[in-house]
Amino acid sequence: MNAPIPNTPGCRDVPLLKERGQREVFCGLTAIVWLHRKMQDAFFLVVGSRTCAHLLQSAAGVMIFAEPRFGTAILEETDLAGMADAQAELDREVEKLLSRRPDIKRLFLVGSCPSEVIKLDLEKAAERLSSAYGPAVNVVNFSGSGIETTFTEGEDACLAATIPSLPSTEARQLVVAGALPDVVEDQMLGLLEALGVGPVSVLPTARADQPVAVGPNTVFALTQPFLNETHAALVRRGARHLPAPFPFGEEGTTAWLRAIAHEFGVSEERFNEVTAAPRDRARRAVAQASAPLREKSIFLFPDSQLEIPLARFLTRECGMTALEIGQPYVHRDIVGPDIDLIPEGPVFSEGQDVDLQLDRARAARPDLTVCGLGLANPLEAEGLTTKWAIELVFTPIHFYEQAGDLAGLFARPMRRREILQLEAEA
Amino acid sequence: MKLSVWTYEGPPHVGAMRVATAMKGLHYVLHAPQGDTYADLLFTMIERRDRRPPVTYTTFQARDLGADTANLFKTACQDAYERSQPEAIIVGASCTAELIQDDPGGMAETMGLPVPVIPLELPSYQRKENFGADETFFQIVRALARPMERTERITCNLIGPTALGFRHRDDITELTGLLIEMGVEVNVTAPFDATPTDITRLGRAHFNVLMYPETGEAACRWMERELDQPFTKTVPIGVGATRDFLREVGEITGLTPKIDETRLRLPWYSASVDSTYLTGKRVFLFGDGTHVAAAARIARDEMGFDVVGLGCYNREQARMIRALAKDYGVEALVTDDYLDVEARIEALAPEMILGTQMERHIGKRLGIPCAVISAPVHVQDFPARYSPQVGIEGANVIFDTWVHPLVMGLEEHLLHMFREDFEFHDDAGASHHGGKAVSPADAGDPPGGAAPRPPRDTSEQAKDAGQVIWLADAEKELRRVPFFVRGKARRNTEAFATERGVTEISVDTLYEAKAHFAR
Ligand code: SF4
Ligand code: SF4
Repeated sequence: MNAPIPNTPGCRDVPLLKERGQREVFCGLTAIVWLHRKMQDAFFLVVGSRTCAHLLQSAAGVMIFAEPRFGTAILEETDLAGMADAQAELDREVEKLLSRRPDIKRLFLVGSCPSEVIKLDLEKAAERLSSAYGPAVNVVNFSGSGIETTFTEGEDACLAATIPSLPSTEARQLVVAGALPDVVEDQMLGLLEALGVGPVSVLPTARADQPVAVGPNTVFALTQPFLNETHAALVRRGARHLPAPFPFGEEGTTAWLRAIAHEFGVSEERFNEVTAAPRDRARRAVAQASAPLREKSIFLFPDSQLEIPLARFLTRECGMTALEIGQPYVHRDIVGPDIDLIPEGPVFSEGQDVDLQLDRARAARPDLTVCGLGLANPLEAEGLTTKWAIELVFTPIHFYEQAGDLAGLFARPMRRREILQLEAEA
Repeated sequence: MKLSVWTYEGPPHVGAMRVATAMKGLHYVLHAPQGDTYADLLFTMIERRDRRPPVTYTTFQARDLGADTANLFKTACQDAYERSQPEAIIVGASCTAELIQDDPGGMAETMGLPVPVIPLELPSYQRKENFGADETFFQIVRALARPMERTERITCNLIGPTALGFRHRDDITELTGLLIEMGVEVNVTAPFDATPTDITRLGRAHFNVLMYPETGEAACRWMERELDQPFTKTVPIGVGATRDFLREVGEITGLTPKIDETRLRLPWYSASVDSTYLTGKRVFLFGDGTHVAAAARIARDEMGFDVVGLGCYNREQARMIRALAKDYGVEALVTDDYLDVEARIEALAPEMILGTQMERHIGKRLGIPCAVISAPVHVQDFPARYSPQVGIEGANVIFDTWVHPLVMGLEEHLLHMFREDFEFHDDAGASHHGGKAVSPADAGDPPGGAAPRPPRDTSEQAKDAGQVIWLADAEKELRRVPFFVRGKARRNTEAFATERGVTEISVDTLYEAKAHFAR
């Protein structure tokens, strides 16, 4: 079975514009907002400052009515004085939390900038608390700090932290890593099952009692392009990565599935049988939803690290021209297959100097700019049409059935600009 | 260490941002890691500001620690000056930078920038947002304002309105009008829309109007001492307070209090028979001290409510709130832990909450109507229409705002009563079909909850209305569509199926329809 990827002059070896300046991005703590919904028996305890608590609250918005399964242990003046003290304080807060919330089976201690600067050892704390509360409660630590992680890297750090303690297996199996909305995850599992690929397990798991095992006969696929550390942690456990473009749009989904199908020896016939109908649907949905995007230009600010795969989808399936594709970090072994498919032309930038990048965007006058929430309204006010990137991590956008929605997310701001008409009718 | 789930106030540097963003020609250089840039969205999204806050963050990373974060700060400061050419710069540290002790203030002062550089010391691990705003504005005033000859006509400064403030924008307009009617002109409004140059002219005014003690009191006290300007103590929110305020202005200026009450509707609206149902309503108040104190007076004296409890989240106002509570014969609640507030509300079981967005959520959970009277703010607290809190129009706005959830409350109550009625819940289908409704399984669900409902008895419906049938799998899949678009998805899929003569909806049909309608 041949990979159907056309051999265009792709961008694999294109030089990166590396920038070092003010970065206008979230820190990894933000990932807690979607991770806590995915992992229903987990609690995320950030050890940080009032700023961290405020960030989480601002990112979560007002969508959560109940007491959420995350919180911040706010460091106070007294904690900053002596270390032994802070560990004991943490024990006390955890004790209170766990006695109030017996539903918690997994507790993540999440490091922040302040906890890292004062070198509060959360690994030690996790070990101590695990032996105190295990096996009923599993305590793991990871960093979501802004000095170590950018936005979606919080999910990466979280998943990577769980991998060393996963049970071992010799079984031949597929592990799929990346948090997806349940409905999308089930679509994916349905497709893999129809292809006859199995057994399949998914990281992160919704509940602690469905652990994933890994070992030398495990192959794994990623559904999110920001899972660099997770990738490394799985490789360390002997698993082998199946590199592929990411499952956005019809083409991306097909290529992603095909890489897996190839590995599991699925016949071309079977593959076509399973994918033909949804592919056709996805193509039609994208064709319809992407009408306002055709022949329009796009500029992507670095934000979610989904930028490269999305640019691939927008340029190849929606007929857009990419002017600049920014990413906080570019990991070529992970996004390489997507870079290969992007037609030559765009600037690929890594890191950020937000003022210089804004100057470039203003000069380029893209038809659509993808950026964070802090920049969107100011750019709209300057007459640029924007799509805020954070919606892309909160909305189901993967796989065939969401391909039309994904195009729609970008098309909506374009349509709005067309629709709004406030002048007097002459 | 204290576990916090939701917070009423951000860290103090966010308070400094509220001042910097409110002003023009001022730039804030903030030594902070990249994640702290989230604060920009508070201003650009919640308040819909059309410009980025004038803040440069150094966004140092782990690899810079131990290397040269100090130099990073200097470069950022120099770049910020060259790019924005501000009239003055404020510099400070966020919580993380406070720990690495780079002394941004000291560094900036040695850089020889040709504009005033004002260092801020905001203790991130002790204080909060309101303190940060108050202290920042005070430092700016202290650095720039000087005693001056008074204006010929009687003028005042309006002190305290900031970015992200609760209705500050409209309060300025209302208050300016109120003062003009009495013959007092506004010299400078600050920090809102003021430039550093305007700050240097503060001393021209005869007195200061302290609009919000939370964000302007330190500056007013300093100006009282150093510029010999008295300031008003009454915050003119509510009818009685507005009258008291004008009397106070009269005492300071020697002018006769004047007020044009032709636009004032609250007193008659409260007295009219329709408002009988407001009388004696048990209300609980929570928010910042200033707005709670004003609201308590309106609630009791101007609406006829029964105040059953009150409190504030900002400790700076604790003493005032405790005294007030004593007056009202209730126990004060001073806390920044929303779980304490929730527990108190549960215990008191009021009929209405006057609170913040936080209490609005508590109200939703407990099924108690809530009107918002105070920051912390939400995008809804920046309405497009003119809606001040102070003065005459403020009183009218407050009447409407407070009554609104109660009417809704009554409506909800009726819906509750008729819940079993086939016309009143969303699984009922069109009434003219006459099918028997399935009662909702999740009446106790939080608003916006998307709990699954039992599958409908589809065979019945298919028989009598000639409708299409949802196969169990498709029905299950549909229930996973977010609740707010589920109805649309159902209608679209059914229309799609009917159009094609399909009688059974499978998962495939659902997605065919989705693809068909994709926009
Ligand atoms: S950047 Fe650091 S200090 Fe700021 S919110 Fe994120 S973890 Fe907390
Ligand atoms: S619909 Fe019902 S609750 Fe609403 S105003 Fe009319 S009678 Fe009152």
